[in-house]
Amino acid sequence: MSEQLETRDLGTVPLPGDVPAHRDQTEELLTINFGPHHPATHGVLRLMATLEAEVVKDVKPVIGYLHTGIEKTAEDKAYWKVIPVVERMDYLAYYFNAMAFCGAVETILDLEVPPRAQYLRVIHMELNRIMSHLVWLGTTALDLGAISMFWYCFRDREQIVDLFEMSSGQRMHTRYFQVGGVFEDIPVGWEQKVREFTKIMPERVDQALAILMKNEIVLHRLRNVAIVDEETLLGLGVTGPLLRAAGNPWDLRKADPYCSYDHFDFKIPVGTIGDNWDRMIVRMMEMKESVRIIEQALDALPEGAYITPDRKYALPPRHELATSMEALIHHFKLVTEGFRVPPGEIYYPIESPRGEMGCFVRADGSSKPARVHMRDPSFVNLQGFRPMVRDLYIADFIATLGMLDPLLGGVDR
Amino acid sequence: MEVTRQQLGSGSRAEFRARQLRARDMLRGDLDGPELERHVEQSVLTTTLEKAGRWAVGNANFPLSFGLACCAMEWMSHIGPRMDIARFGFEAARATPRQADTIMLSGRISIKMAPVIRRIYEQMLEPRYVIAMGACSSSMGVFNNYAIVPGDKFLPVDIHIPGCPPRPEGLVHGILKLRAAILAHPDEGWRTRYGGRGTEEVVADLERDDPDAVHTINVSGGTGGTDPSA
Amino acid sequence: MPDATGLELIAQELRDADPESVLDTVYFRDRAAVLVAPATVPATLQRLKEKGYSFLASVHGVDYFPEEPRLGVHYELLDMREVDRICVRTRVTTDAPNVPSVTPEWPTADHQEREVYDMFGVIFDGHPDLRRILMPEDYEGHPQRRDFPMGGEPVLFTHNERTTPEWWQ
Repeated sequence: MSEQLETRDLGTVPLPGDVPAHRDQTEELLTINFGPHHPATHGVLRLMATLEAEVVKDVKPVIGYLHTGIEKTAEDKAYWKVIPVVERMDYLAYYFNAMAFCGAVETILDLEVPPRAQYLRVIHMELNRIMSHLVWLGTTALDLGAISMFWYCFRDREQIVDLFEMSSGQRMHTRYFQVGGVFEDIPVGWEQKVREFTKIMPERVDQALAILMKNEIVLHRLRNVAIVDEETLLGLGVTGPLLRAAGNPWDLRKADPYCSYDHFDFKIPVGTIGDNWDRMIVRMMEMKESVRIIEQALDALPEGAYITPDRKYALPPRHELATSMEALIHHFKLVTEGFRVPPGEIYYPIESPRGEMGCFVRADGSSKPARVHMRDPSFVNLQGFRPMVRDLYIADFIATLGMLDPLLGGVDR
Repeated sequence: MEVTRQQLGSGSRAEFRARQLRARDMLRGDLDGPELERHVEQSVLTTTLEKAGRWAVGNANFPLSFGLACCAMEWMSHIGPRMDIARFGFEAARATPRQADTIMLSGRISIKMAPVIRRIYEQMLEPRYVIAMGACSSSMGVFNNYAIVPGDKFLPVDIHIPGCPPRPEGLVHGILKLRAAILAHPDEGWRTRYGGRGTEEVVADLERDDPDAVHTINVSGGTGGTDPSA
Repeated sequence: MPDATGLELIAQELRDADPESVLDTVYFRDRAAVLVAPATVPATLQRLKEKGYSFLASVHGVDYFPEEPRLGVHYELLDMREVDRICVRTRVTTDAPNVPSVTPEWPTADHQEREVYDMFGVIFDGHPDLRRILMPEDYEGHPQRRDFPMGGEPVLFTHNERTTPEWWQ
């Protein structure tokens, strides 16, 4: 016995997916909250995204989840002690934080940094730039789904961090840059290890490019996605690889050289369209250029002092403490009270891996700074996120967040 | 009962072959008596369910992927190729607290973030553990100011790992301590290892001296004075 | 950097356009700064933009306590073509901490002015969305003022463990 299936005429019954004609389009906007805790490993950033179906219409970043009051803490500490505190702001580019602060204080003091110290600073900063871009690449590829890149990049990061450990004793937040130079000279064998690293690093970048560049999924996800023109970015104050990807070759190392960068010959990678793909390639090419700078700096590393000989601002070498009374007094004064800085206000900008990092220091004549402010690139670049994600799918939204490279320690300070 | 080892047959493979044959016989139902008993002793673990559960939790712990600040870089490093926490089963970092066992507070906790972390902790299911990684989450770290809060104020922290940031080796050491504690071999601490028993700050008579004393430990009776409601 | 004479020329031009704007010029370590009256800030920035300083690099606040007027706001401008920097500074008191917002013409000032408001209490008139950005929304006080206490936890030793508040509170 066969059952007759019931049939119904569904002509006038609305199916679930239909939107009745009288509904306004704006009623369909959905606000979704991303974070502050989310799988994308970019730190505690909270994004309130307004979606229409799966297309992002607007985004409002809510920050402050990592605010540590570093700038206020720095007002309470002697200039020497501010350096480790301020290093922890943009926690992946710690040498750059220290450089900005030390540069500002040195400018107020009108202190001459010896050439060897400048070259050592350049080498460490460029190594840090490579390391920052490697971590960026590993975590962004992880967000895109290319999970193996995480391990490749962290393998190379371990090598760089070993070099830092060899020169200063700490892997991160090394407190190596001091006002007047660097804390101590590089050990024997460090130069050789750096050269070993620079020999293989361009090859590693090429390997990373080989994995990602010809991968069709990566190309589809990143090509022509999140294009923002240069004018908008400049209006929003965006600098660094994001601006360079849009076509503007603004790089403080070339435009306004500090710390002997004008002695080196390197190129600035510049993108053409300003999409996510350009942002990625710009950063990877920057890694190669940093390797060139390091090699040139090592070849030309001058002999001499590694910190300013002015004992009022720099600790005397320990062997002097046994023989010279003045050295002992200077050491005592520096360690207990710290050096005094005459009144003045300085804004000192440098080029960090994320853009223009400036340090504003106001000195009032005492041994503690009256105001330390870091103009952090991630804080300002985050404002560039809104025009980037207009009319993108959520998946592209996540990829764009990765390409933006926000570092929440710098955003929130 | 005396257990003697005898090499069956000759060479190193012989015993393995003998076990294989015994297993085959057992599956066929041909093995019984003392041979069956011996086979069971050798190849089957008997334990309590609790111990087995703890063994599973200790070896297959899903940490919550929770990177806050600089310690997150070293946290990512210890998943990376050099330290490779996957050896110990801690690799599958879950993004959702519902599936996670351990939350690793890697970084400084600002006052805006603390309620968020508390909410995440409450969403985790028992058994759950908290590792305070680094100086900032254990105490205030480098910063002693208005904006941050130590982890102990709003979460029961199991393991504190010192460092700023702790090396990946240090982090792995702390994780292995947690694992030992889960597997019911909690670390006795340095006082036992180095014979430091008797160096604690002890108030002999709680009622006589100060009923509000909070920093007394190992006082016999009750909670040792650390119970705020007592 | 505009040198000292260049700075004076710029200041003169600004004074010609608006006699009340420029209060002072500072030339320190090859860096130029003009101190302007708060109400004239957007106009000054606009005039400097026409001179070529088209990039606003930073908006940050300073507390000059105990000097009055106490709160300062600094605008760092950059001329990308000539690679020139100039700083426009303004000072307000805590009684009347109002500065016109420059966000409509310089979108980069959006978050930065919110940060100055959050940390110092300077109110930017005309800002599209002036709320706290780094502290929780319902926080009271402006943390980076010099007379705001540092806060933090007291360090516990045995000599003060009975007098400091219980650690679980």
